[in-house]
Amino acid sequence: MSQTGIVVIGASLGGLRAVETLLGGLPAGFPLPVAIIQHREAGSDDRLSDLLQGHAALPVGEAEDKEAIAPGRVYLAPADYHLLVENGHFALSTEPPVWFARPAIDVLFESAAEARGAQVIGVVLSGSNEDGARGLAAVRRCGGIAVVQDPATAESSAMPNAAIAAAKPDEILPLEGIAPFLVRVCEGVRPVREGT
Amino acid sequence: MPTYVKNKPLEHIELELLLEGVFRQYGFDFRKYALASLRRRISTAIQAEGLATISELQNKVLHDPDCMERLVLTLSINVTKLFRDPSFYIAFRQKAVPVMRTYPFIRIWHAGCATGEEVYSMAILLEEEGLYERARIYATDMNEAVVKKAQAGIFPMKSMKEYTANYQEAGGTRPFSEYYTAQYDSAILRPELRRNVVFSAHNLATDGSFNEFNVILCRNVMIYFNQVLQERAQTLFRESLVNFGILALGRKESLRASTHEEFFEPLDTGERLYRRVK
Ligand SMILES: C[S@@+](CC[C@H](N)C(=O)[O-])C[C@H]1O[C@@H](n2cnc3c(N)ncnc32)[C@H](O)[C@@H]1O
Repeated sequence: MSQTGIVVIGASLGGLRAVETLLGGLPAGFPLPVAIIQHREAGSDDRLSDLLQGHAALPVGEAEDKEAIAPGRVYLAPADYHLLVENGHFALSTEPPVWFARPAIDVLFESAAEARGAQVIGVVLSGSNEDGARGLAAVRRCGGIAVVQDPATAESSAMPNAAIAAAKPDEILPLEGIAPFLVRVCEGVRPVREGT
Repeated sequence: MPTYVKNKPLEHIELELLLEGVFRQYGFDFRKYALASLRRRISTAIQAEGLATISELQNKVLHDPDCMERLVLTLSINVTKLFRDPSFYIAFRQKAVPVMRTYPFIRIWHAGCATGEEVYSMAILLEEEGLYERARIYATDMNEAVVKKAQAGIFPMKSMKEYTANYQEAGGTRPFSEYYTAQYDSAILRPELRRNVVFSAHNLATDGSFNEFNVILCRNVMIYFNQVLQERAQTLFRESLVNFGILALGRKESLRASTHEEFFEPLDTGERLYRRVK
C-alpha cells in the first residue's frame, strides 16, 4: 500500500461488535486512513464515535464534508449522510438511501474504488442485508483487496454471504484475523490472486 | 497494434463533454460539482433514461429540453425536512435570535431551499419569537420546479408525525397542528407563514449577489460542490452579509478549510453558526 492507500469497512446494524473488535486490533501506528460505514438510525448523534473511540488506539471521529483524508485516523460516516471518497478528501451526500441505508456501504466502497483503484482495501463485516456486495465487487474489479468476515463468525451472516457471492473476495477471515491481516498488508504483504 | 491509444479513462472525457454541453446549451453549470456524487447521479440518470453511456445521455439532453429538466431534478438532491436537525433550531433561538432582535428590519436568505421545509421552519420560529413581522425571507434554489413546490407549501401528511416530533425537539411549544390544515393525505401549511417570503430561482454557481442580508442559511447544498465552487459560494455569502451578519451551514459543513474562515467567527461551533466579523 502506498501513500494513497485506504481501508474502507462496512457493517450493518448488529455489526457494531465486529467493528469494535476490528478497531481494537489496529495498533497506534497503523499507517492508513480507515473509513467506516456503520448502519445507524437517522437521528443518532455523535455518541457512536465516542463509543468506538473507547475500543480504538487510533483517533476516531465523524467525517466532515471535504475533510482531508489523513493516515492513521478513523473516519465514521455521520448519521443520515452518505460518505464518499474524492481526490484527497471526503465528501458527503444526502442522495436517496441504498438498500434502505444512508450511509450506505456500496456508496463509500464504489467511490473509493473509483478514486483510488488498487490502493483500496475493502472489508465487509457482519450484517443482515446486501449492502456492501456491489461495493466490494467494485473494489476488487478496480484492483483493490477484498476482505469478508467469515460468515461462521458473524452475528448476522447475510451481508458476508452476499459479499462473497458478488465479489469473490481475496480473503475470508475470522473476525479476529482481520486486523492482523490489514497490518500485514501495510507491511507490504499482498495476497496472491489466482488467474490474474 | 492499434494506432489510436486511449490515454484517459473514457468516462472522464464523456463526463466533461456532457457538463460542458449542458452549460453552453442551458446555462446550468455542474462543472465544479463534487465528482463522486455527481458520477452516481449521472449513472442514475442514464439508467432512468434507458441509455447505456454518458455520450448517449449528452446527445439526448442537448436535443431534448424535457430530458434536461429531468436531469436537473436528478442532479439536485432535494432531500429536506421540517425542523431537520432540531438541535440546530435550539441553537438558532439561543444564539441568533438575540442578535436579530437588535435589528429593526431583518433580511434572511435561504440559499438552496429545496421544497421549502427549512423556510417554513424558520417562519414558524420567527413567528413564535415575535420577529416575523419585521422579517423578509428570500427563498431560492437553482431548480425552479422545487421552488414552485416550496411556494405551494403542501407537504405529505404522512411526514407530519415526524415533523411534529422534530418541532417539539427544536423547542416548539404550541400544538404543531396549528400551523397546517389536513386535506386528504396532504398537510397545507398556513398561507400566512409565507406572507413575508419571496421565492425565486437563483444558482449559486452562476448568479451574483442580489441583496444585503442579516442572516444567510445554506445547509446541505455546498456538500455537492467541489472546493473551487464552495469558495465561490462563500464569497457570495460574505459579500451579501451585513457586518456581524449570521451564516448557517449544515451539520457536517464548516469554514475550516476555507479562505473565508478569517472573516467569520463561530457563534455556535457545534451547530455551525457563524458571524461575519470583517
Ligand atoms: C439537500 S437540499 C438542502 C435543503 C435544505 N437547505 C436542507 O438542508 O434541508 C440541496 C438543494 O440545493 C440545491 N442546489 C444544488 N446546487 C445548487 C446551486 N448551484 N444553486 C442553488 N441551489 C442549488 C438543490 O436543488 C437542492 O434543492
